[in-house]
Parts: sequence; C-alpha cells; structure tokens
Amino acid sequence: MQLAKEVKYLIHKEVLLEWRSKYTINGVLLYVVSTIFTCYLSFVSLGDKLTWNALFWIIMLFASINGVSKSFLQETKGQQLYSYILASPAAVLISKTVYNTLLMLVLTTIALGFYTLVFDSFTPPDMVLYYVAVVLGSMSFSTVFTMVSAIASKAGNGGMLMAILSFPIIIPVLILLIKLAKNAVDGLPWENSYDEIAMLLVVNVLMVATSLLLFPYLWRD
Amino acid sequence: MHKTWWKILGSGLVIYTAVAGLLLGVPHLPILNETIRNLYFHVPMWFAMIVLFSISVFYSVKSLSSKSEIDDIKAVESVNAGIIFGVLGLITGAIWAKYTWGQFWSFDPKQNFAAISILLYFAYLILRNAIDEEQKRAKISAIYNIFAFPMMVVLLFVLPRLKDSLHPGNGGNPGFNSYDLDSRMRMVFYPACLGWILIGYWVYTIRFRIRSIENKQQHN
Repeated sequence: MQLAKEVKYLIHKEVLLEWRSKYTINGVLLYVVSTIFTCYLSFVSLGDKLTWNALFWIIMLFASINGVSKSFLQETKGQQLYSYILASPAAVLISKTVYNTLLMLVLTTIALGFYTLVFDSFTPPDMVLYYVAVVLGSMSFSTVFTMVSAIASKAGNGGMLMAILSFPIIIPVLILLIKLAKNAVDGLPWENSYDEIAMLLVVNVLMVATSLLLFPYLWRD
Repeated sequence: MHKTWWKILGSGLVIYTAVAGLLLGVPHLPILNETIRNLYFHVPMWFAMIVLFSISVFYSVKSLSSKSEIDDIKAVESVNAGIIFGVLGLITGAIWAKYTWGQFWSFDPKQNFAAISILLYFAYLILRNAIDEEQKRAKISAIYNIFAFPMMVVLLFVLPRLKDSLHPGNGGNPGFNSYDLDSRMRMVFYPACLGWILIGYWVYTIRFRIRSIENKQQHN
C-alpha cells in the first residue's frame, strides 16, 4: 500500500512538473511533426504499404528515444536526491515507467493522426488493430528506454550511450511491432495477430520484472 | 578447476572431432551433400558461446552482491571469450550458407537475430569503456549484462521460431536428428560440443589470469 501511495505521488509530481513547463511534450511533439513533414517533403509519395509502415515505426523509435531518455538524463542531482530520500527505488521506477507510457501514448496518437493525414494513400483498413500495435509500442518503448536511460545517466555519458545500449534491446521488440502493424495494414483477421500480441506482452513483463530487480542496485550510489 | 585432466580431455575431443568430422561417413543428402559436416564445427560454437555468456551473467549477479573486483573481471573476460565463439559461429554459418543457400548473408531471421545478440555484448563492452571509476563500472555493467541476458535468450531461441527461416530445425525444415538415421553423426557431434565448451572455458580462464596479473601490476 505504501508503494502504491508513493507511485501515485511521484506520478502526480512528474505530471505537475511537465504541466508547468510543457517542455518535453511540446519539444518531442515538434520533433515528431517536423520529422514526418521532412519525410513527406523528401518522399512526396510512398511506394507501397510496407514502406509506409516501416517509416512510421522508424520515426516513432527516434522520437521515443528522445522523449523517454529525458526521464533520467535530464534530472539534476538535487532532483534525484529528492526522490531518493522520499521514495523506494521500486516506486521511482514504476512511476517513471507509467508516466513515460502515458507520455508516449499521447505522443504516438497525435503522431499517427498527423502521419495518416500527410501520407493518406495507405491508411490501414484495420485501424483498431493498428492502434493496438501503437499502444503496445508505447508501452514497450517506455519500459525498455526508462531502464536504459537510468543506466546511461548513471554512466554519466548521455546521448550516444543511450542509443548504443538501447538499440540491440529494442530491435527484437521493434520487429514484433512491425509484424503486428503489418497485419493491420494488410487487413488480416485478428486471429493471425494473437501470437505477436502475446509475445509483446511477455517481453514487456520480462523487462519490467528484470528492471524492478536491478534498479535498486543502480539507484543506490 | 586447477587440474589439467579436463584441458587434455577438451583438446583430445576437439582433435578427434576435427579428424573424425572430416573423415568419417555422413548421410548423403541432396543440396547438403558434404556440407553436413559443418554441423560439427558450427553448432558447438553456439553452445560454447551460451555457456560462456551464462558464466558471465552468473558472475555479474555475484559481483552485484559481493562487490569484489575478481567477480567483475570474470564476468567481462567470459564475455570476451564468448564473443569470439559468437563471431566464429556467424562466420562458419555464413560460409555454409554460401554453398547451400547461395549467399553468405541472405536475409534469414536466424542470422539476423544472432548478429543482433552479438551487438548486445559489443554494447556491453562499450559501456565498460565509457566509465572510468572501477567500482561504478563494475556495478553498472553488471546491471546491463543481467538486463540484456533475457533479451539474448528471446533473440536466439524464441523469435526465430515465430518467423520463416531456412535454417535447419526452423520453419518446418528438418533438424539434424531426422538426417542422422544410423547415429553416425552423434558419435562426432556430442564430443564436439563438449570439447569446444571445455576449450572455451579454458580460453576464459587464461584470459582471466592474464587480466588479474595485469591488475596486480597496476595496483603496485
């Protein structure tokens, strides 16, 4: 119960801080929109459905690395000490992950809307399944990147380390996501996608469990 | 394991598989022909790699609680030795693929995922280079090593089964069990796996001893 209270308080703190400055959400939103627009200007029109799908996930990958890595990399020593004294490590990790998932959900939803608006030739026939893929994507990106950004921030060597460490871990997840999203683009019935959805959920649970086990060691300096 | 009997056993087994693997009879099958002998040289590399990476995770877990420098050196040196076997596994696989599939690197899931799992461990080594302070380096790299290990298991054993692969034993292709009707290949394959695992362990112990001597000299 103590844990739930701490998590709730910390999420409230994160949202409040974000609401006051609105820096991360607006920054990453502008990043996504300008990337999509750059792609639109350089591709003009996309050749087929596969490229449409792949391009969307590549844009989302880079946007989420930028968005989620803020969570630990940008905190000052004082802020970290504040939550260190106040809450248990598990609460810090869970609250960051939940907050990042919410952030990514808002972001990917807006990005998907803008993406289908600009590249309107291949809107997936099964939009609900595509949105399921987007939700699962936001979840997996935030579970993996939150832990990796904690590792990168403790190593004290920001951006490049974050990319190197997270890519090999996220690639298998990304392959599953692209496969699931492709099923939606092809308009296949839902039965064909249960394998991927189950696999993504299992990977997420695995990542959260290992993060929860390891984070206390990382957090204590 | 300071005794020498297992080193002699390992070398003996590897010499035996090199000779017997090239000379003993194998089933004659279309497309595969004599390349089936690659089984003795390609598959044991992955077994040795998995064993070495498991040793590394074991010592990473241990070093998190014991905070001893020796455990940290053991973890990194078993990764170093494991990477050698992983790269050898990729190379032997690619050469075999050239003669059976027609290309060194055809977009096969099994090849791609194996390459990504090697990337994981290169990232681990780069993470170590990025941190100067020794105790901090031991702690953070141990955490990344443990975090990456389940992902490597997913990459090597789970994901290739969801995809269509040309690799034997995957995607409806028969594995070697179904070729080896008269158990001739087993007589070479099992000793080869054991031999290469022992050699891999030996490489790791030598690397560990060199590293600890270097460390001692630095501290003096």
